[in-house]
Amino acid sequence: MSQDLLHISDLKVHFPVRGGILSRTRGSVKAVDGVSLQIKEGETLGLVGESGCGKSTLGKAILRLVDPTSGVIQYAGRNITQLKPRQMLPIRERVQMVFQDPSESLDPRMSVGELLMEPLVIYGKGNAVERKQWVAALLDRVGLPAKSIDKFPHEFSGGQRQRVGIARALALNPKLIVLDEPVSALDVSVQSQVLNLLRELQVELGLSYLFIAHDLAVVKHLSDRVAVMYLGKIVETAHAQDLYKDPRHAYTKALIDSIPVPDPTQKRESVIVPGEVPSPLNPPAGSAFGHRMNHPKYEETIGMEMMMGEIAPDHFVVADPCCVSEEDYKAIVF
Amino acid sequence: MSESLLEIHNLVTSFQTDRGWVRAVDRVSFDIPVGKTVGLVGESGCGKSVTAMSIVDLLPKPAGQVLEGEILFEGKDLRQVSDRELQKVRGGQIGIIFQEPMAALNPVHRIGKQLVEAIRLHQKISHRNALKKALSLLTEVGIPAPEERLSAYPHQLSGGMRQRVMIAIALSCDPKLLIADEPTTALDVTVQSQILDLIQKLQKERGMSTLLITHDLGVVAQCTDEVVVMYAGRIVERARTTELFAHPRHAYTQGLLASIPRLDREPQTELPTIPGQVASITDFVHGCRFCQRLEREDADPDERPTIKNIAPMHSVENCPLCVTLTPQYDVPRPVTHL
Repeated sequence: MSQDLLHISDLKVHFPVRGGILSRTRGSVKAVDGVSLQIKEGETLGLVGESGCGKSTLGKAILRLVDPTSGVIQYAGRNITQLKPRQMLPIRERVQMVFQDPSESLDPRMSVGELLMEPLVIYGKGNAVERKQWVAALLDRVGLPAKSIDKFPHEFSGGQRQRVGIARALALNPKLIVLDEPVSALDVSVQSQVLNLLRELQVELGLSYLFIAHDLAVVKHLSDRVAVMYLGKIVETAHAQDLYKDPRHAYTKALIDSIPVPDPTQKRESVIVPGEVPSPLNPPAGSAFGHRMNHPKYEETIGMEMMMGEIAPDHFVVADPCCVSEEDYKAIVF
Repeated sequence: MSESLLEIHNLVTSFQTDRGWVRAVDRVSFDIPVGKTVGLVGESGCGKSVTAMSIVDLLPKPAGQVLEGEILFEGKDLRQVSDRELQKVRGGQIGIIFQEPMAALNPVHRIGKQLVEAIRLHQKISHRNALKKALSLLTEVGIPAPEERLSAYPHQLSGGMRQRVMIAIALSCDPKLLIADEPTTALDVTVQSQILDLIQKLQKERGMSTLLITHDLGVVAQCTDEVVVMYAGRIVERARTTELFAHPRHAYTQGLLASIPRLDREPQTELPTIPGQVASITDFVHGCRFCQRLEREDADPDERPTIKNIAPMHSVENCPLCVTLTPQYDVPRPVTHL
């Protein structure tokens, strides 16, 4: 069993909501509300959920781009939750991020060469000649022609821009990359190219990924394990295969059933999930998904502490009486 | 063979750019039968939205213009009718849903006002009756507490609710044709399935025809009767949906189908991909543009392939290199268990 590269326990990220003339704190948005996760070395953990469920906030919290309210983030056994910005530098060298929209995350006034050189300069890596060689190697690695070095982001197509974003994340030889919806903005035929690239890089460089996406099919394709997030909480985690073959939480089932299958002979009677994700500003008091489904047992869950339980090897689900079967519920609670 | 509600013949739509006029839609012909849903698929920039906007004359003018072709709606060429008459058709007989409801709704007017405006623009009814109709439309599209929503502003509604309001506006004048331009792209999957379900249900009840523009082949498979595949401003393949997914004949269609990661398949170590990317619109060749993408040296860049019928209701842009007997992309069959 390889060691956990990243270990998150009971992480909470709450954003205060201010209002009124004195801008007093009126409440808080519980973007991430008690999340525990582990990523092993060389592993890809997929994180899926609908918009507003807190998955991007969780990704940013790992790099301390947003500050956690409580909980512990450990990278390679070291608690990084309270580190000062200067102390974070060596961590950020090892943990990098790729953002969804490369046209927004790349400075339009910097050439690709400058963009890739910047992290090397900040970290004082090598001399000018070595840096240039390394940038050339990076471009080659992500499948961009060597002449791209003098081009600017706008001269590239979406897929190529995302390759630049990936190259930049790779510049410092990281161990873990947080991929925040890296292919959502791309067309299908380009999306598959980028997914293949990510997989190749992982094998070659022994990278670990936290792969954040809303598209379950994409997540299944790349992930070893998948965590499903709903309204700031993880509701189910399992090996990718198990999760799709045998989803135990009602929300996971609903997500899988909602995806239109690209096969006209398999017209699936989709189970229509009513309503939408509730606002994290004013979440339901009990089971969040139970509330959305108008579940008869919802009243029971108000104020209930729900824990995660292992119902099959490496398959964890939250003990929510509205959302899991009675056997699973009993198996976890008793 | 059923009757066509809309027929498009040799549509050419061009945009004026710094480098002269470029053709975003290059001799496109297809039709929409009465009561059917036709899917228009392709990657971004392939001209699918421009085709739709050409039908209802909503191109950004004067930069974008329909230069050639016929757009026959119930036998009448929409390019020849007066502006006043076209206004009656647009929003009246043809309803439109756009991708981003927040951008399509006016943020400073209440939902009720926007609905009443659309209704009274096309129908001679009193404000009070229009309001009643607005209420029944909101109920029909499944908005909870519709009376309260009439006085809500768009920002007070969620994305899914806003899209329902858009659908209500599009349906307000009982259109015969609904053009839905990426209606669910901005929505979450669970909400997407609600909206697609709603569109299909309304279509059945009202006997409407629908032109569904999307890049999502899953949506196409589940919601359409026929599919038109566009690539780089042209139609490369057209067939009944079941036929297209079972026997894609053009290499581009095969590549598209093969490259989607799918839930109903075992994960592959590597996804099949289409190499390269779509050429810039200013660099399009006259010949086969998919060959241009693949940089095929034996392709003639000046000879435009013709459209050939290869089976009943199945036509393909007949490029000898793209349409071959042996598929160039293996479209794997789904695994049956899940």
